[in-house]
Amino acid sequence: MSADNIRAGYNFAYLDEQTKRMIRRALLKAVAIPGYQVPFGGREMPMPYGWGTGGMQVTAAIIGADDCLKVIDQGADDTTNAVSIRAFFRDLTGVATTERTEEASLIQTRHRIPEKALKEDQILVYQVPIPEPLRFIEPSEVETRKMHELEDYGVMHIKLYEDIAQFGHIATSYAYPVRVNGRYVMDPSPIPKFDNPKMHQSPALQLFGAGREKRIYAIPPYTDVRSLDFEDHPFEVQRWEASCAICGSRDSFLDEVIMDDKGGHEFICSDTDYCRTRMAEQGEIA
Amino acid sequence: MTAKPLLQVRDVTKLYAAGKGCANVSFDLYPGEVLGIVGESGSGKSTLLSCLSARLAPDQGSIHYVNAEGEQLDLYGLSESRQRLLQRTEWGIVHQHARDGLRMGVSGGANIGERLMATGERHYGDLRATAERWMADVELDIDRIDDKPTTYSGGMQQRLQIARNLVTHPRLVFMDEPAGGLDVSVQARLLDLLRRLVTELGLAVVIVTHDLAVARLLAQRLIVMRRGQVVETGLTDQVLDDPQHAYTQLLVSSVLTP
Ligand SMILES: Nc1ncnc2c1ncn2[C@@H]1O[C@H](COP(=O)(O)OP(=O)(O)OP(=O)(O)O)[C@@H](O)[C@H]1O
Ligand SMILES: [Mg+2]
Ligand SMILES: [Zn+2]
Repeated sequence: MSADNIRAGYNFAYLDEQTKRMIRRALLKAVAIPGYQVPFGGREMPMPYGWGTGGMQVTAAIIGADDCLKVIDQGADDTTNAVSIRAFFRDLTGVATTERTEEASLIQTRHRIPEKALKEDQILVYQVPIPEPLRFIEPSEVETRKMHELEDYGVMHIKLYEDIAQFGHIATSYAYPVRVNGRYVMDPSPIPKFDNPKMHQSPALQLFGAGREKRIYAIPPYTDVRSLDFEDHPFEVQRWEASCAICGSRDSFLDEVIMDDKGGHEFICSDTDYCRTRMAEQGEIA
Repeated sequence: MTAKPLLQVRDVTKLYAAGKGCANVSFDLYPGEVLGIVGESGSGKSTLLSCLSARLAPDQGSIHYVNAEGEQLDLYGLSESRQRLLQRTEWGIVHQHARDGLRMGVSGGANIGERLMATGERHYGDLRATAERWMADVELDIDRIDDKPTTYSGGMQQRLQIARNLVTHPRLVFMDEPAGGLDVSVQARLLDLLRRLVTELGLAVVIVTHDLAVARLLAQRLIVMRRGQVVETGLTDQVLDDPQHAYTQLLVSSVLTP
């Protein structure tokens, strides 16, 4: 599409070129040091923190006129948040948008990694609320930086130890900590641990933006990403007894939904595009 | 003695102001030896202990430590990461206030396991068993293993701190008033425990105390400090039974005449 489609009076993708360059420099550093949190001079976006401003700044810094953008929130393209972020970038860049995972060159996400395996020419941008995985035990920023520097990560296993001591198993199921490239411990943002294995050796570039704390971090393509665990309590992903009530999938992350006002409930795919694609395929076969 | 000293301290000086801190402190500490640092409040004991344990760089002087591999290390020539590694493997640091030495937000078991996890232990069952063994060893009720130290009494917190430090079998332990602020009967029990562990494990210890009775019970050798200066050193019995310096005489007599 042409630049004529951009809302009058605004710069391409909202941010000024100097800010974009600054964010790109932080991104390059983040890619060079996988899992390391790079501070950046975050800018105000026309949305409050908590609405994905960190991810939006990253997207704004890297989006080009030829990109095809997909935005998901909890796996769905049609939530209010996803719709408004998608509309924002459509209005301010004129780029094509899509709900199809395989069509997108750039995917901004909150809470999920698409079920369909990503490819080399795709970039996944995560919206991150709390970037620091050590924060739960160490409130001081100076100290957590030091701990990362010194690979002083014993405390990460304390959390898992406490889980097992309390619940008999590792109960942490979201924002499950990982070690990136055998070096930095990283918070993968509040994705379910179900999605953790998808980060490992992914052909796609993964970028993380935290707006409030002004941090950027990254996982370059084909990087080792290991979920922390114990030998006798190995990392496991969520599993369901049920299958998707719509497409019948047994392999995807399922959300529980209330079906009627009598309290009946079913499980359906959280990734709406995945579910729809499966239905379409089944339709073709039938 | 014929063994090589574990710690060689030469002219260590850290002064905040004249007479405030420690000045020109020199001594050797041998493997398995317990050295007491005594002196009135403000005499510089904690300042010296912080210097010795690589937590406070001295203004002058040097401290050398011989590690388990027999290498002689210049403490303040080491990178901070190697200093921390020493602190959580070959050393222990028992703080005067348990809250400075414990993680109050996680369970007793996790407190004991932390050093092991930090040094690569990845088996929950083993961690658990080790924590239980240490709870028993420091006379803590194993049923309290999953409780947070905030629910422990002061004496229990100190014993937890000791277990948390000793779990990696350190060679050298620094203690700052480990029995300070505890009731007399609780203190006695803690001191008994410390004495037993020190002997059983063959630990070298530098223990700071302003309590001469504690020094008498635990330390083989004493350093007496006053206004940042070492005024007297020697075998504990000699120093306490026949003090040479007027200040030490005063300290001893104040114990004898309550
Ligand atoms: N960080 C600091 N800044 C300035 N002065 C300090 C600092 N730490 C200690 N001092 C001063 O240095 C002197 C020695 O303090 P230190 O804590 O070493 O004494 P101490 O022998 O351990 O005393 P106590 O028995 O009360 O614990 C005191 O006068 C103290 O006020
Ligand atoms: Mg002190
Ligand atoms: Zn489905």
